[in-house]
Amino acid sequence: MSVIERVTTWIEVCAFDDLVPDRGVCALVGPYQVALFRTSPDDALYALSNYDPFSGACVLSRGIVGSKGDTPKVASPIFKQNFDLTSGRCLDDPAVEVMAFPARVVDGRVVVGVP
Amino acid sequence: MVAGNGMVGHKLVERLLDRDATTDWDIVVFGEEHRPAYDRVGLSSLFSGTTVEELSLVAPGAYDGIELHLGDPIASIDRDAARAVSAGGRIVTYDALVLATGSVPVVPPIPGHDQPGCFVYRTIDDLDAIRAYADGRRVGAVVGGGLLGLEAANALRNLGLVTHVVEFAPRLMPVQVDEGGAAALRTLIEELGVSVHTSMQTTEIVTDADGHVAAMRFEEGDDLDVDLVVFSAGIRPRDELARGCGLEVGERGGVVVDERCRTSDPLIYAIGECALAAGRVWGLVAPGYDMARVAADGIVGGDATFTGGDLSTKLKLMGVDVASFGDAFAATPGAETITYSDAVTRVYKRLVVGDGGKKVLGGVFVGDASAYQVLVQMARGDMPTPDDPARLIFPDVEGNAPLAIGVDAISPTATICSCNNVTKAAICSAIAECGLTEMGGVKTATRAGTGCGGCVPLATELLKDELRKAGVEVRNDLCEHFAYSRQELFDIVRVHRIVSFSELLASHGQGRGCEICKPAVASMLASMGGGYILDGEQATLQDTNDHFLANLQRDGSYSVVPRVPGGEITPDQLIAIGQAAKEFGLYTKITGGQRIDLFGARVDQLPGIWARLIDAGMESGHAYGKALRTVKSCVGQTWCRFGVQDSTSLAIQIELRYRGLRAPHKLKSAVSGCTRECAEAQSKDFGVIATEQGWNLYVCGNGGMRPQHAVLLASDLSSDLLIRYIDRFLMFYIRTADRLERTATWFDKLEGGIDYLRSVIIDDTLGIAAELEAEMERHVATYECEWKATIDDPERVRRFRSFINDERPDPTIVKLPERAQHRPAYPHEKPTPVEVLQ
Repeated sequence: MSVIERVTTWIEVCAFDDLVPDRGVCALVGPYQVALFRTSPDDALYALSNYDPFSGACVLSRGIVGSKGDTPKVASPIFKQNFDLTSGRCLDDPAVEVMAFPARVVDGRVVVGVP
Repeated sequence: MVAGNGMVGHKLVERLLDRDATTDWDIVVFGEEHRPAYDRVGLSSLFSGTTVEELSLVAPGAYDGIELHLGDPIASIDRDAARAVSAGGRIVTYDALVLATGSVPVVPPIPGHDQPGCFVYRTIDDLDAIRAYADGRRVGAVVGGGLLGLEAANALRNLGLVTHVVEFAPRLMPVQVDEGGAAALRTLIEELGVSVHTSMQTTEIVTDADGHVAAMRFEEGDDLDVDLVVFSAGIRPRDELARGCGLEVGERGGVVVDERCRTSDPLIYAIGECALAAGRVWGLVAPGYDMARVAADGIVGGDATFTGGDLSTKLKLMGVDVASFGDAFAATPGAETITYSDAVTRVYKRLVVGDGGKKVLGGVFVGDASAYQVLVQMARGDMPTPDDPARLIFPDVEGNAPLAIGVDAISPTATICSCNNVTKAAICSAIAECGLTEMGGVKTATRAGTGCGGCVPLATELLKDELRKAGVEVRNDLCEHFAYSRQELFDIVRVHRIVSFSELLASHGQGRGCEICKPAVASMLASMGGGYILDGEQATLQDTNDHFLANLQRDGSYSVVPRVPGGEITPDQLIAIGQAAKEFGLYTKITGGQRIDLFGARVDQLPGIWARLIDAGMESGHAYGKALRTVKSCVGQTWCRFGVQDSTSLAIQIELRYRGLRAPHKLKSAVSGCTRECAEAQSKDFGVIATEQGWNLYVCGNGGMRPQHAVLLASDLSSDLLIRYIDRFLMFYIRTADRLERTATWFDKLEGGIDYLRSVIIDDTLGIAAELEAEMERHVATYECEWKATIDDPERVRRFRSFINDERPDPTIVKLPERAQHRPAYPHEKPTPVEVLQ
């Protein structure tokens, strides 16, 4: 399971308003490159590893955000595989997934949990 | 029981297995050679790298449940007892016997024909013997200039021998090709270093003191010194078994069979080259396969018939296309011929038509057989014949556009996905067998499109075409969020004056959008004069290339291409590019479009690089966008002795007019200053070639994956009229093309082809010309350099950073030295992202 279940540290990253709706950004959270996404119109917050396992490049934050059915997702900008924003599961290849981090907004600030 | 395990004997076994014959029959196969069936047609490829295993037609396990005796031919047949005995003494009682013993090459009984150094060309063993003998020897000759003789000559050539072909008839391939075709073929083959001697009858093989081949002697002319001779002067059916047991054979050989391939003994069938079927011996594999099908059907109780085969041939001899089909010699009463012969490019095409040109009867092709497939279909009546079939063999010259041919016309054996080597046939059969309706399914089933992805539009077109043919309603929906095609959406946006994606999604879509519809809608909004593409919501619609105004590379870095209009660049600009590259450690390479690409920039470096370039007077080249890329040019009359117009000035004018224009796909252009066409304008989406009187405008050409020649839209235009036609053409394409559809593909699907396009662009039959021109004027008036607009605004520069919470650059972008510059590290050459940060 790649969703981080045992969080040891919560790290404050930036203001929620720094995030552009439906456009990802990358944050350094401890030793992790984390891709943060704020979706619209629901203003939900998601955090995945920025690492694209298909290309080996750290680029998922630069993909286009959208939906497949009811699932919010991001498409890798390199080879266009889709990843479920809630779980990190690859929607095109069930054998592949990336880390999904818990993330929440506290007093207008984005906080990400890392193991 | 099957006597013979060649190509046709093997096909019979396959056909029997297809019909589940093993449940009722024990199948016993005897073969003379020590190998199971292999592809005899491809024999000469053994000398150019193909292995014996690759030639095999029998997959491991394919003969499970079948008794196969190799190296043990049938020696005699006792018809009264329905029993056959093999050379090795095996006795089999049969309920049905199929003779598939093939043929042997004819060796003329001239003196010396059986001396060491004389060979035939039929089996792998023959080739092994030739190879062994040729070692250390220099010159080889083939007796016979037919299809097989030329194959054999190719084999000798591949062995590195000086090669001669000696033909008794006055021309090569006398059975398939007419005089003109044979002359073209001869020129092409001689250019490959093979000496051709026609009208020469070999009377003796002269040997040296040891009895080895030393020379050939002819009825006419001098001796030819050779080290080895291969006889390939026709075939003789292997009918000894049939003769031995009293079956009827033809006067000149061949076991006589009826329409169901049965011999004069109803228990015995004969198929392939040993059979005399429908009045002749068929020396090609396709009719043999057909006979195998008929015999297998007869054995399991069917009544299929063979009434004559197709002698159409298309092959590559030493890399030269040669094809002939139907009534190639115009023997049909009333037949007429149309001949195209180009002595410069060595292309010869002859089309035989009947019924006053309304019916295709046959044809011959040498050097270019691209029209073969379509014409054969027409000759068979499987495809309607156009009013003027001659157009199919003539090249694209003024007023004579090639007929528009869509994916349907792509050969089944054509490779669609070159990454995974998937053919059109493989994709089509996967679609049919697995009932696929989506591109995702095609990818899973065939792996097509899972490599670089470049073939996905073509494969999708194929899928739609197959579904359409199968009667499935094909929705041309953009994606799951919009139940409209790109063209329909474009009209919706235009008519309802929609200015944002969310507005369009709310009124005509569902869900949240995706990586397909978002950039497509962004492109539509931009081509309708939307201004800066990265403000507000527009920013969220863009692919990363458009978002960072640079081209993403495999390691997450970007490349930068400044615009170099018409390929004209000043020394100061060259210096500025060089200085920027040095300062930011970028790898530089000249592009195919007369520009310079700077690779390896991190996102945080992009604004700094552009500040330098803009200072030096340069602007965005839009290499990242589905937009006008480059207008290539030659120097034209300004410098060139042959130029008739100023092509560079026009190229610069065109590039500056259409720079930044967003389209369904990228747009490339070129201007050539004379008919020599050094700028390759005919391979571009729109290209211009100078004439003494003005400019010729070509449209819808393509290089790249599926090269296609552009079509002449109009000739001898003034500069003003040229620009107006290009305005109309580009806007019409932008309005009506599908997402990611290049002009060439769009044109192939355009009903009415070039005539229709001319009527819209030149005659304005739709009455939209003024509107199209006005749309283009709006684009030209609102153009601004996206990079200048970006670096002038600190707010817009802010997104160019690796991390939102840290000023450090991305440490996972690692470069390694290569040839005095550097390249990005491959993933295995660098630590994982977490390791880097730890």
